[in-house]
Order: sequence, then C-alpha cells, then structure tokens
Amino acid sequence: MIKFIKRPQPSKFWTLATPLLAVILTMILGGLLFAAMGKDPFEAIRTIFWDPLFNPQFAGYSRPQLLVKAGPLILIAIGLSLGFKAGIWNIGAEGQYIMGALTGAAVGLALYPLEAWWIFPLMIIAGAIGGFVWAMIPAILKTRFNTNEILVSLMLVYVAEQILASAALGALRNPEGNGFPGSRNLSQIEWMSNPELISGTGAHWGVIAALGAVVATYVLLNKHMLGFQIRLTGESPRAARFAGVKDKLLVMFCLGAAGALAGLAGLFEVTGPAGQISIDFGSGYGFTAIIVAFLGRLHPVGILLAGLLLALTFIGGELAQFMLGLPSSAIQVFQGMLLMTLLAMDIVVNYRLTLVKKEVA
Amino acid sequence: MTALLKLEGLTREYPGVRANDDVSFSIGAGEVHALLGENGAGKSTLVKMIYGLEKPDAGRMELRGEPYAPVNPQAARAAGVAMVFQHFSLFEALTVAENVALGMENPPKMGELAKSIRDVSETYGLPLDPDRIVGDLSAGERQRVEIIRCLLQDPKLLIMDEPTSVLTPQEVEILFKTLRKLQSEGTSILYISHKLEEIRALCDGATILRLGKVVGECDPKTTTARDMAEMMVGQTLHVPTREAGEAGEVLLKVENLSMASSNPFGTTLKNVSLTLRAGEILGVGGVAGNGQDELLSVLSGEAKTAKGSVTFLGADISNLGPNARRKIGVLAAPEERLGHAAAPNMSLTENAVLTATIRKKLSKNNFVNWRAAEGFAKDVISTFDVRTPGPASAARSLSGGNLQKFVIGREVMQDPKVLVVNQPTWGVDASAAAAIRQALMDLAAQGAGLIVISQDLDELMEISDHFAALNEGRLTAPRPALGLTVDEIGLMMGGAHDMEVADV
Repeated sequence: MIKFIKRPQPSKFWTLATPLLAVILTMILGGLLFAAMGKDPFEAIRTIFWDPLFNPQFAGYSRPQLLVKAGPLILIAIGLSLGFKAGIWNIGAEGQYIMGALTGAAVGLALYPLEAWWIFPLMIIAGAIGGFVWAMIPAILKTRFNTNEILVSLMLVYVAEQILASAALGALRNPEGNGFPGSRNLSQIEWMSNPELISGTGAHWGVIAALGAVVATYVLLNKHMLGFQIRLTGESPRAARFAGVKDKLLVMFCLGAAGALAGLAGLFEVTGPAGQISIDFGSGYGFTAIIVAFLGRLHPVGILLAGLLLALTFIGGELAQFMLGLPSSAIQVFQGMLLMTLLAMDIVVNYRLTLVKKEVA
Repeated sequence: MTALLKLEGLTREYPGVRANDDVSFSIGAGEVHALLGENGAGKSTLVKMIYGLEKPDAGRMELRGEPYAPVNPQAARAAGVAMVFQHFSLFEALTVAENVALGMENPPKMGELAKSIRDVSETYGLPLDPDRIVGDLSAGERQRVEIIRCLLQDPKLLIMDEPTSVLTPQEVEILFKTLRKLQSEGTSILYISHKLEEIRALCDGATILRLGKVVGECDPKTTTARDMAEMMVGQTLHVPTREAGEAGEVLLKVENLSMASSNPFGTTLKNVSLTLRAGEILGVGGVAGNGQDELLSVLSGEAKTAKGSVTFLGADISNLGPNARRKIGVLAAPEERLGHAAAPNMSLTENAVLTATIRKKLSKNNFVNWRAAEGFAKDVISTFDVRTPGPASAARSLSGGNLQKFVIGREVMQDPKVLVVNQPTWGVDASAAAAIRQALMDLAAQGAGLIVISQDLDELMEISDHFAALNEGRLTAPRPALGLTVDEIGLMMGGAHDMEVADV
C-alpha cells in the first residue's frame, strides 16, 4: 500500500524536478498513444521535439517560429500568473488579447496614411489600454457586485470574438481590399509594423516585451511589497487582510496587469506575425497561456521555459501532422497530457510517498 | 480495585517520531484515571489505540483480563469502551435523538430512543431534551449529546478528551457530578486534560506522559498541581509574577460599539464599551464563539466600525485599517495561527514581513528589505526561544507552541503601545505558555496596554488586573481581577443563560 505523508515544507528538489519528469512522462504516454495509432512512437516524438530545431530540412523555417509563438504565450502567461498566485482566476486572456489587438490596430488605422515615428509606440499604448479596459470589466463586477471573475472573463472572450468579426467585416475593413474581410496589412505599413528585429531568430518587439515582463515580474514578486501581498493573498486571504492588504485594489491590479499584457501580446501579433485584423485572428494563445502559466509553476523563469516548450510542441505538432499524418486532435491530446501529468506529479512536491506493508488486522 | 484495562509496553511509531514508547499502566474498575501531558506528549495516540483508531506497533492490552486488540471503533464499543471526542461530530440540522440514532449500529424506534435519552439524562443529571435541534444547543449541551450517546451503550470504560475546554464553570460542575455518579456505578473513566485543578478535584489516579513515555504516576488528590505540572514539562515551572503597574493614561477607548458579523455564523457585537490604560492588562473571558474573533477584528482594524466607536489617545481610529493602526502602535495577534496570524506555506522571514513591515522598517520605497526581515525573524526566534531550524522554515513546519511563540514575539518585539491578543497560549505546552505570559506582563510593565482574550480562566486570573467577559457579543463591565470568585466569573461569562444545575 502506498501512503502519502504531508511534508512539513514543499520539497525544493521536487519543485524543480517535477516539470522535467512530467515532460518525460508525457513523452512516454504520448509515445504509447502514437503507437496505438499505428505510428512509430520514436519518430513521432523526435518530429515534435527535435526536428523543428535541428532537422536541416525544416529548422530554417521552424526555428524562428519558436520565438514567434513563445513570445505572446509568455507575455500573456506572465500576466495571468500574477492573478493565479493571488487566487484570482482570469480565464479571459483570449478576449483581452483580441481587444488589445483591435484597439491598437484601430488607433493606427485611424491615423493612416500619416507617417511618423510615434505611431507604433502610440499603438502599443493603445493595445495595452484595450486589454486593460477589457479586464477591468470582470474586476469591477467582482469588487462591486461580488461576481465570479472566471465566468465573466470567460464570457467576455465570446463578446470580444464577435466584436472582432464585426470590425474585420466593417469598421476596420481594408477599403482597398476588394471587399474581402480583414483590415489593411499593418506589418507592411512602415510606421505600424512590428518587424523581425534580428533576421532568422523570429524575435520581434513582443519577444522583447515578454522578456522584460519576465524580469519585471520576478523583481515584483520577490522584492516588492506588492508582490509579497499578491503571494500572501494567494496563500491565505485572511492573513492578507490582517496584513493590511487592500483586497479590492489587488483584484484590480492583478486583472488589470494581466489584461494589459494580453493586450500588448495581441498588438504585437497583429502588427507582426498575423499582420492584419481578420475574423480568425484569435488563435487560442489566451487559453494556451493558462497551461503555460501552470506548467511554469507560476514562476516567471518557469513560465519562460514553459512558453518555449509549449511553442515547441505547437511547431513540432504541426510538423508531425504534415510529415506523419497525425491528426491535430492527437497533438492536442498530447499537449493536454503535459498539463495533466504535471498537475498529477504536483503531489510529490507536498507529499512524500512511502511504501507501507499491509498491516495485519 | 481490580484492573479493568491494562496496557503493557504499548509502542506506536510514526515516521520520524515515536509517539508512544513502551507505555504501561492500568485503570481499575470504577476508577477515574487522568492522562496528563503536554501537547505532543502522545496522549491522543494512546487513546486512539485504546479506541481502535490506531494499532500499536508493539505491546498488548488487556480488558477485564482478556486480551484486547480492537480493530476498529465498532469493536472497541462492542467491548464496552466509549469515547467523547474534543471536537463533536454532530449534525446541526438534526434533533438530539436523530443524532444519537446516527451513531448507533441498530438504532431503536425514535420514540423509544427519545424515552431512553430522557431516562439517561435524568439518571445522570444531564438536562437534555431529545427533540431539540442540535444547532440551537450550547457547546455544553452538545457535549451532553455526545456523552449520552456513549452512556446508551452502557460502557465499562469512558474516555474523555479535554471535555471541559468548551464549558463554563457551572457546566463543569454538572459534568463532574455526572462523572462521579458514573464512577459510583462502577464505570471507569480515562480523563485527558491540561487543567490540573480539575484533575485534582476529580481523578483517583494519574499517569503522566512526556515525549511518548510514562514519566510518572501519582495520586492527584495528594500531589500539588505544581508538582504535576513539573512532571509534565520535566523542569521547574517559572510561575510568572506580575508587578501591578500604576494606572496610567487612557490609551484605548471603545464606546458603544456594535457590529454585525460579516459571516452568517459569526457573533454580532452589541454595545461593547471598554477603557484600556497604560500598563494595564484587561483579561476578556468567555466561552468560545461569543464574539472573541469579532472583538479582535474591530481592534486590529480588519473590521471598521462606526465613527467614534474606537479611539486611541483621544483620536478616532474606527476607520483605520490594520497598517494605519500599526503605525500608531495598536497591534494585534489573532487566535488562528495558521491562515490568519501567519501564512502556513510562507517562511518565518516572510511571516515577519506580514505584520512588522511598518514598525520595523522592513521595506524601503515599497521594496522589501529581506535582510532586515530575516534579521528581525531571527531576533524573534532567539528572544522567544522558537524551536526551528531557522527563519527559512515554513510556518506550518513549526509545532503549534513554537509558532505561537513566534506570532506573539513578532508583535511584542515591535514595541506596541496597545496589544490585543486572542488565545495567546491555546494549544501551547506549559513552559512555552509561561514564557508567553511573562512576555505579555513584561510588556505591560513597560507601559503598554494589553487586552488578552482567552478561554483559559487560570491564565486570565494570573495575568490580568481587570477582567471582563464576552457573552453573546456583549461585554460585561470590566472589574478588578483581584478578589473575583469562580462563581462570579461564571456568572459574568454565562449570565443566567444555560446554567441550570440538575437536581440529582
């Protein structure tokens, strides 16, 4: 019989080791899944994890994609992690991402065809504000009327998607687009584009912002009183009130910061890799970022690594679909497994497993 | 007296700790036997083994001369062993009779059961109406439900775990009468308690445990409480002595404060008034759940109250939050250590930041000065003799007593002008409790005003110079503690409510 005994303190070793173990376990389980589907498991795993970076045939295209995909994931997940640490569950980052992109693009397009260096910075600010305002809706409803932020933020994703569709078809539609839905291509307008900064790396301004957010959040959580209050609120809300934490303000900050970062991610995406506002601009980054945040254990550096890992499974997954004919749902199952195994392995961080001989009655 | 239950060499090991080590003693038929020991001495483990909740690793038990090894509580009950737990397991929405029926293997018809409950309650002087809803009962009455539940099984041995911790002095008297009657009928009782005076009044024999081992047996009727306490802690007790301070200036004043509780199970404070002077310790007694938490929260600043209801040195502070009050020197230490006074998974250093940031200047420009915080945590640890590997340990890894020393020390060392503490020595072993009380008295001697909310009357009598009691959210007018009798205190705590002594 296996018994779980609670550790007096969370194990430092296992906190670091479980993500690695989870990845390995996922590879094994995923391999079994692929084998059951009649594919060579070793080839499938190699295609997902190795080929995108090192296969001479694909790496030229895939490697820059790593940062392109990881950038928004990290940026959004960092914002979400602040709230998650404090026990504030913002599930609507996808909506905040869309609204950031829409506001930023709208500001830029309103100025078209003006040419000035300050347009792009202005769009960045507008993007952050767009996401921030969208996140303030659940924040204010929660602090004022005690509504559940999970439901409100999630439902606002669908509202944002409708606004996106309407903007792509109406207000922001490219007047020179021959009636096709979608806005002008921002990435091709010099003063509005978010270009690849170093050729061949995929690094654009969003990646820089993501790295900045990682550093800033690390400092905030570890050195600043506000970060301490965020952690304290998540640990024990009653102790936080006793410590003088203004809980309503904290809710506003956590949701607002997550919204602003998600909005930024949307803005960098629409001006760079995506290029334009289109009906299908929402790509699920906002939801995947939730996985990234937890896979990274809500730790800034962990999120950085988790964002890269998940981006890799995206690119590798696409490659596996293309090369091995794996269905996309199998890849999604594989990504889901990653989160499940990590959460399941969490138990060894707080509990010790001991083998107990069956007691004689 | 022939032995009813005999324990021989009982040993039970948990990973990392030997909870019971070669424990042997016996309980005679019709004997009231006390089991004494500090927290963590192994009392709970021992009674769990007797009641079939745990199995010993080694050793044997004998009941009436027969080998006794219960596999579960049902088996223990079948053998005539019953237990009243410290924490009740009752359904509040059901009646007394329904609750009793739920605990039985083959419950009789409701009508018959109600009749036998009435019979037992009359026979043993435990007034209780089987048709009342448990949610309406006081803690003392709930305990009677548990006791009657046991008595209906006609036990040979009744185990009672800290039965008086929730009772008023009058209720304790009722309970003792019942226990003596049971004893006169030949039932043995194993009585677990911290309260030495009770044990001296009630028990025929006592076994004292320390660190899982039997360290002594005594006849409590002829041994002084002090001697027993010293056996328990294994050292000479430092009995605190309070130098009565001069009545100083008025520090804190609460006037006609009423506050509805924020949660539906809380107590509403009604018209509370008190005055606290420099150098004074105001003891606030009362049975748990009569507004203690709420009183602390309005004084700590967690709950804000009507304008003018709380003043400090003449200035209105009713609307100040906890940190604003800390700034002016009004500090508090709540009862619940884990989750209120301290965050369980955070280190002691982080828990030092929790309340001491302002007065100890542990932050600069809102950035935490972790080195200063660790230094302060270390100071608290060494000054208050907190047993822990160091300030990086998580709060939850400390034993209750050590964490309590840390929590109280953290506030005391911030040099407060007013300190409000709730249950400062709850669940703390005798030597740590003495140290905490001494620290509180030293603080008052230096001119601070203290409000000590506690359910331990002995403690309050020892350290307070004024005494008041909370009862259903009302605070009695504070009276000088010197010269108060137990009866007077009981009346202050309970009023006329729930005080009937059965005529046996």
